[in-house]
Amino acid sequence: MNQMLDLVVLFAKIGLVAVGGVIALIPEIQREVVDVHHWMDLHTFSTLFTLAQAAPGPNLLLVTLIGYYLQGLAGALIATLALILPPAILAYALGIWWRRMKGAAWLVPVQAGLNAVTVGLIASAGILLVRASYVSVMAGVIAGGTVLLLSTTKIHPLWMLAAGAVLGAIGLV
Amino acid sequence: MSTQHPPTTGVATPRLRDLFIGFFIVGINGFGGVMPFARRMIVEQRNWLSPEEFVDALAMCQFVPGPNIVNLGVALGGRFRGPLGALACVVGILVAPMTIVLLAYTALVRVAEAPVMVGALRGMSAAAAGLVVALAVKVATPFVRERDGLGLLMAAIAAVAVGVLRTELLPTLAICAPLAVALEILRTRIKAKHS
Repeated sequence: MNQMLDLVVLFAKIGLVAVGGVIALIPEIQREVVDVHHWMDLHTFSTLFTLAQAAPGPNLLLVTLIGYYLQGLAGALIATLALILPPAILAYALGIWWRRMKGAAWLVPVQAGLNAVTVGLIASAGILLVRASYVSVMAGVIAGGTVLLLSTTKIHPLWMLAAGAVLGAIGLV
Repeated sequence: MSTQHPPTTGVATPRLRDLFIGFFIVGINGFGGVMPFARRMIVEQRNWLSPEEFVDALAMCQFVPGPNIVNLGVALGGRFRGPLGALACVVGILVAPMTIVLLAYTALVRVAEAPVMVGALRGMSAAAAGLVVALAVKVATPFVRERDGLGLLMAAIAAVAVGVLRTELLPTLAICAPLAVALEILRTRIKAKHS
């Protein structure tokens, strides 16, 4: 039961400091779940993230899976709820008068500044995930090829996951 | 039923069922980011918001902490149908993806030890990591294109702090976010003076 409480506190905290979406939060989630609480090893974390990416829907499924891994169905629901409920209350309150904020001059530099930090956080998530998944030269080639193809073509991300799965399944990774 | 003012798109206020179904479809379609699908559904297919209203709503959701799509559902559902509308959108977007990912996980655990599965997961993890790096490249590109050295510097500081030095998110944000915003304000002032 203690772990359930820890889950609630952790994801409520993470949800409330979240800027720039769930991907930007990966480094913090990994740090807490793997390094601070020792709830799982890096490999398991990496696998749960991969599964969340391969499934349809929002990126917050990573949090659902972490809750499920630790505490089953109740953990999945509670971790997800802890992440989304506090910001949702804020969004509900703000949503009612969001039109008043429209074009407010002070919002422009605030958003530009936060955007830059978000870019950095997403990059740091990339650094950590590449390091966690780098088990062979081929893994590096797959990661690098994915970056290259996604940046230069309009290929659907699922094809890259599929290609990685096939290369891995035949024992090349 | 709703106490909020409906937006001025001239479209009938969606029912709870419409909100649920609209977001449900977005949830099962959105691979690797749901926001483009959400935009298509809300603006183009169902006319719930005008393009400008959608941009405003999204800006507000990015300003509020937490997952953007959930916040968008809450704000939109709440504006049309109050708390129940918000709930309909959030449950709609989450119920199918959560079910699918948990079923996939349960199936995976049974075969996770098989060498084929171990290999496949290794390859997929590498590709998934690449997807996140590609996302970083994509969001950094406008900064490069506009030669925004200040923005890139702040991004680099945050990336090195969190990704390499492994600093905690909250203190890092407490330093980086106000600094980035203050420098932006300073830059806006200097630009205004020169023009």
